[in-house]
Amino acid sequence: MSENVYIIGAGIHPFGRTDSRSGREQGVYAVREALTDAGLEWPDIECAYGGSAAAGNADIMVNELGLTSLPFTNVANGCATGGSALAASQQAIASGMYDLALAVGFDKHPRGAFNAKPSDYGLPEWYGQTGMMLTTQFFALKIQRYMQLHGISRTTLGRVAEKAFRNGTITPHAWRRSPVDLDTIMNAPMINDPLTKYMFCSPAEGAVALILASEKKMKELGADGVKIRAVAVKTRPPNSFEVFQAGISIEEGGKPTVLASQAAFEKAGIGPEDISVAQLQDTESGAEIMHMAENGFCKDGEQEEWLANGWTEIGGKLPVNTDGGCLACGEPIGASGLRQVYENVTQLRQRAGERQVPGKPRFGYSHVYGAPGLSGVAILERE
Amino acid sequence: MGEKIDPNLWSDGAQPHLIGGRLPSGQIVFPMPVGDAAEGVEPCKLSRRGKLWSWTSQGFLPKEPYEGPGSGPGEGPPDFVPFLLGYVELPGEVIVESRIVDARLEDLHLGMELDFCIVPFNARYDTFAFRPVAQARSEAA
Repeated sequence: MSENVYIIGAGIHPFGRTDSRSGREQGVYAVREALTDAGLEWPDIECAYGGSAAAGNADIMVNELGLTSLPFTNVANGCATGGSALAASQQAIASGMYDLALAVGFDKHPRGAFNAKPSDYGLPEWYGQTGMMLTTQFFALKIQRYMQLHGISRTTLGRVAEKAFRNGTITPHAWRRSPVDLDTIMNAPMINDPLTKYMFCSPAEGAVALILASEKKMKELGADGVKIRAVAVKTRPPNSFEVFQAGISIEEGGKPTVLASQAAFEKAGIGPEDISVAQLQDTESGAEIMHMAENGFCKDGEQEEWLANGWTEIGGKLPVNTDGGCLACGEPIGASGLRQVYENVTQLRQRAGERQVPGKPRFGYSHVYGAPGLSGVAILERE
Repeated sequence: MGEKIDPNLWSDGAQPHLIGGRLPSGQIVFPMPVGDAAEGVEPCKLSRRGKLWSWTSQGFLPKEPYEGPGSGPGEGPPDFVPFLLGYVELPGEVIVESRIVDARLEDLHLGMELDFCIVPFNARYDTFAFRPVAQARSEAA
């Protein structure tokens, strides 16, 4: 027996670069936005979960928000920090222990590709010394093979980026607000073949906060809630192919995204065909393409047709990354997963303005992927 | 010849092999685990020939802990030498990540046969790589 859980407040600090604010200050800003949205004050919040990858602990935010003695758990789960914070706060309410919880993620990264220490990932030093400790290489190696096996063209990679920048132009919280045409994307400097500069997201800054409530509390407050129909977080199964692997098994293994997606659909009791809008991890163009199939929205290779026909555009049969995703918003690791959920809350409440998907979207799907091979999926419902 | 970038990464001799590990289950892993994780794992010499499983290029200077050209004191992006890398499937063993040398990006294709080799990495160290088989033959001739 578990309680229904709703998101009744959503706040965001614009993504990109904000030199005047630390990552945590951006987090505080997002929390205040979420409180205003929910019609609540900070002392109303009963428990909190949050974190960042590179901008410090979240629990210190009580200095600015108020010393209310609430339990505040720091989450340090890499790319899944936001997803794990959401899962923890969802469980806190579903268990019946609390009626109001906060999930918050923020970050602030230096410019340029992420640099990781081999020892943090259980890898020998030579792996980093010789220039293999780069997330960008993994994504290029994964899509390169996928393109060969499933007939995905370079133009399709370009179309994903073109769509992201176009959606970014109509998204107030996006970083990249100018369109980039397909030729410019295709002819930009090559970072890791087949991915050019415009096909990768950049490390950035930003923050997102969500306020979760029990059904009873939502009704008591008369709040505008979106139901969390399912949350699933999965780490990698045996023999999978993930970021930072010096060796891969010759046996083809499972994928954490497939596991998380299947678990979320099973919990929700619905299928991919029921989803109205989806936010899929798009660290680079190829990731969005592969994640369309891994999350069950199409078969391997069909993305070629999907992108050529604009089926993932706002107004298409399954709008994907309606706020421009990581490509247009940038990647503040601790905040990215919650940005996707923020975007779905906004779309389901039909408050997305120019980027609003048409009709009355009922189910929103979000998917985050990160090192060392984990995926988080959330399915929201507008009842 | 420089020093090995890791003394236990490949075997010595005229025909060096990468060193992997055989798990109690029979599965072969790379690299050979160290510390407690090595318990019950037998070091084993991996095949010197494999097939290209995937590939990419490295077009920008990696940050630390990269120690190749461009990373030294007073050096920067203009000193960086772009390189190719990929995954090489060693039949029946394991798929290893490696530099690819003596090849052009446009010539690489799935299943292409590659041979193991040792290449200079920086002023001090050597590292391992794979190169197209045909070229290795012509050099030997």
